[in-house]
Formats: sequence, C-alpha cells, structure tokens
Amino acid sequence: MAVPKVCGIETEYGVALRGAADANPVLASSMLINAYVEHRKVGWDFEDESPGRDARGFAREGAAPPEIETHLVNTVLTNGARYYVDHAHPEYSTPECANALELVVADKAGERILGRSMQASRRLLTPEQEIVVYKNNTDGKGNSYGTHENYLVDRTVPFATLVRHLLPWFVTRQVFTGAGKVGGENGSGKIEYQISQRADFFEEEVGLETTLKRPIVNTRDEPHADPQKYRRLHVIVGDANLCEVATFLKVGSTAILLAMIEDDFIDKDYSIATPVAALRGVSHDPTCRTTVELVDGGTITAVDLQWEFLRLAQKYADDVGLEACGGDEIAGQVLERWEATLAGLERDPRTLDGKLDWVTKQSLLDAYRERDGLEWDDPKLALLDLQYHDVRPGRSLYERLVRAGKVERLVEEEDVTNAMTEPPPTTRAYFRGRCLAEWADAVVAANWDSLILDVGSDPLRRIPMMEPLRGTQAHVASLFEECTTPAELVARLAS
Amino acid sequence: MAERERKQRPAPKERVEEEVEDLAPPKQGEKIKEELDDLLDEIDSVLEENAEDFVKSYVQKGGQ
Repeated sequence: MAVPKVCGIETEYGVALRGAADANPVLASSMLINAYVEHRKVGWDFEDESPGRDARGFAREGAAPPEIETHLVNTVLTNGARYYVDHAHPEYSTPECANALELVVADKAGERILGRSMQASRRLLTPEQEIVVYKNNTDGKGNSYGTHENYLVDRTVPFATLVRHLLPWFVTRQVFTGAGKVGGENGSGKIEYQISQRADFFEEEVGLETTLKRPIVNTRDEPHADPQKYRRLHVIVGDANLCEVATFLKVGSTAILLAMIEDDFIDKDYSIATPVAALRGVSHDPTCRTTVELVDGGTITAVDLQWEFLRLAQKYADDVGLEACGGDEIAGQVLERWEATLAGLERDPRTLDGKLDWVTKQSLLDAYRERDGLEWDDPKLALLDLQYHDVRPGRSLYERLVRAGKVERLVEEEDVTNAMTEPPPTTRAYFRGRCLAEWADAVVAANWDSLILDVGSDPLRRIPMMEPLRGTQAHVASLFEECTTPAELVARLAS
Repeated sequence: MAERERKQRPAPKERVEEEVEDLAPPKQGEKIKEELDDLLDEIDSVLEENAEDFVKSYVQKGGQ
C-alpha cells in the first residue's frame, strides 16, 4: 500500500576556484562550506550508512563498496539539511519534505545557501580569487555530477516491480525534467541541443553504481528509516532544475507514479525495448517527436507515454485519492500542471518557456543565435549554457530571466529565505533542525535517522528517528517550548 | 504558498493567454522584440569574457 511520499533532493554543485594556479576542487568545496557554517558546525554520524547494500537483496562482501566516499567537511544545518563535500563537489541535501511544493522551497533554499557560501568564502581568499558554483550536471567535457531525488517507498513492493515501471517513467519524464544542454557527450556524436544534461551518461538499466556505468534505476538500498517498512528510492537519473515548475512537476509526478506502483494500480506494461538507447533518443530530440519502441509492440512518443501515465494518475486520484502523494491539494495541482505541460509540449514546446529549464534555456540560446548569427558550435552558446546555471545572483542568467519576469515562480522568496534556517514542519527534519537550533553544542552527531545528544552525563544518548513522519512540529513543538535543556528533552522522550 | 500556486495555475488560462498573444497587434510584437533586445544587452553585460577560454577552463571531477 502506498506510504506517504516523504521526499528530498541532493545536489552536487559544479565548483571552480578562479584566480588560483592550483585550483583544488576538494579544497574549494571545503572552504565554501566552512565559510558558511563557521562556528555552528555539527558533525555527521556515519554509523547507519551502507551505500553498498543492493535493493535486489544482496550486499557486496569481501570487497569495498563500489564507491568509497571521502567525506571531509560534513555538517547538519538548523533547517535539517546536510551540507558537505562529496566527490570533489559541494553537495547540499535538502531536509525531508512532505510534498513537492515544500521541496521546491527547500531546494531553492539550497541555492541561496550556496550563494551565501560564495560570498562568505571571499574572506578566506585573496582579492583576485573567487569560488564559483554552478547548479548543473556536466562540465561539457564528459564529466558529470549528480542531482538525486529520494522518495519513501513501501518495502513490500518487489523491487523488480518498481524497475519495470520506473524504466519507461524515467525515459519519458525527461520532456519536463530536462535542464537542457548544448552538444552531446560520452560518445553521443554530433548534437546541437538536447533536452537533458544527464542522459548521455547512463549506460545500464539497473545497478548499484552512481559514478561509473550509471544505471537508469539505482539499486542502493539504504532506507534511512525503518528497514522493515520502507525503502528509499534513490533516483540518480534526474537533472538539476532551476525552474520551480520543473522541480515541482518532477517530484510531484514521480511521487504519484510511485504511489500507483505501490497500490498496484498500473495495469499495463509500458516496458521499453531498449531503455538506455531510448533515454538518449528522447533527450536528443527537442521537438519531442522521437518515438520509442515498446516491448509489447508498437512505438510511442515520450509525450504520449506520459499522457498514458497521466490518465492513469487522474483515475488513481478519483478512485484512491492522493493522500499519500503529498495530499489532495498539492498533488491535485501537480495533476493540473502535468496536464497543461503535456498539452504545451504537444502543441509547441516553446509554450513552456519560463516553466521548464530546457525550453527556457533554448529560448535564450535561440535569441542569441538569431541576433548574433551564431552556429551551434559557437563557444558563446556553450558559455550561455554554463552561465544559465551560475549560482551567483549577479551572474546567473536564470536569475536574470526571473528578474525580467520571464520565469514563473511557484513560491515566495520570503519562504525560501526562511527555509535557509527553518526546517519543514511536516517531517522528522523538524526535530533535527530544532535540536540544532536550540542545543547545537549538545548535538554530538546527527544523521537522517538518528541524533546523538550529550546530556552532560555519560553515556551519550542516541535518539532514533526511524519514522520520517514523526518528530514533526505538530508532535514535538511543545517539547521544545517546555524543555530548557537537552537532558530534559531526553527524559521527556523516554517517558 | 499553496494558495498562490492555485491562483497562478490553470491550464485553460494558459490557452487564453496564447490566443491573446496570437491576436496581438504588430505594435506589441515590436515591444516584445525591444524588451528581448534590452534583456540580451543586459545579459551581454554580465557574460563572462572570452567565451572560448572560459568554457575550456571549466573542467570538473566526475561525481555521482
């Protein structure tokens, strides 16, 4: 049965240290985060981390996990987020959110935190140096870094069932999740402009890897919650979105799809004959006319397959309801937005300018091509592509478009500013964030599903948080009002 | 937040907007073009210099 779609996004940002002869990205990332967190630093607790566990039911033994992460700087923020260095990139993991709109706010707050970090890092650098970050997924030279989504999923659903539905889902949802890219990489040949930043980098259908031979469906089995009840679906195939509409739709529609899988509501098999090739094929056609071949026979465009999923989702809303998908109101908005987006893509993708990243970027590039008579291989277009994702408010072309009124926003900036320090009230992130805000000195370590408090007397107290929807404002706000010390809090929790 | 999103939305409205655009007198089309030119000029002023070198120098270590 569908469990509430608690969700979050992890973003590895591109990072450059300008004006330095030896630009070490790990060092630059560390400086960025240290400059931001300064004194309010609380460490991450790795006890329950097991990135080598596979959802298909086995763990790699005798050998190191496929990736050994080097965690240098690793902090937890008062908004419940994790901010750290991973694979030579600064990475920001949003706190757990209860619906797609909340996650739009949390994800945007991450951009603002990176922006603030860049400013703060200036005092650690010489005047001619600058650390710059980009919210994108590729350097245009074959090196990719990820934006991962996470969704809470019912453990009883066989993983193979998830895979069967997720492959066609991920191949086709690119038409609204793509962030757009000039050119092709990783052996894709000559491409002028494509829908997705990431599609060129996927080489397998299913697997545990995230850095090599990337699979469309990632099998990492690390629930960060009660493992008897839950999975955490770790989605590595998405792009980093700046457009709020794109993030909202990406998360909201995927949440509904997952709920339908859990409730066994999808009665057809949409399996694609060659998903890896189809992923690229769809991305490489900004007209959205390319068809993919289905295992059951016949061919279909990505937009038409998305219509099939949407029709099912509308029926699901009528028959079952959208309570598990972030609630009827928000998920209802997702359905409306989804329908309008598919209708727009069908009519003319350009109608989605200012709503979807790949279309918004393409419009900008087209305007330049027309004005300056540029060919697709002109370096200026590659620069525009890169600088669209620049996170500095003064340099970000995306932000320019927002200020010019060309991009639709879904959330208030005030809420985004607030989310830089305040946790979402609706998940366990609230408990984590409030503990850090109230008693940072007593929080010895924290991770997604527990928190370790030093209450002043031995031993340290570990507070498990295995239920992502416990520890919310409604549950524990009064505890924080009533307790004046962490020891009191622990005593109250135990009673 | 939620309320605002609801107000902005509906699909039919989008269609209406598009029709209006189609029927827009040429004057408005010119105005849109002017606005776009201004925007591109503004973007020109913040674009990094020497596009070719700049793009070439942006090299990342692969991540996840």
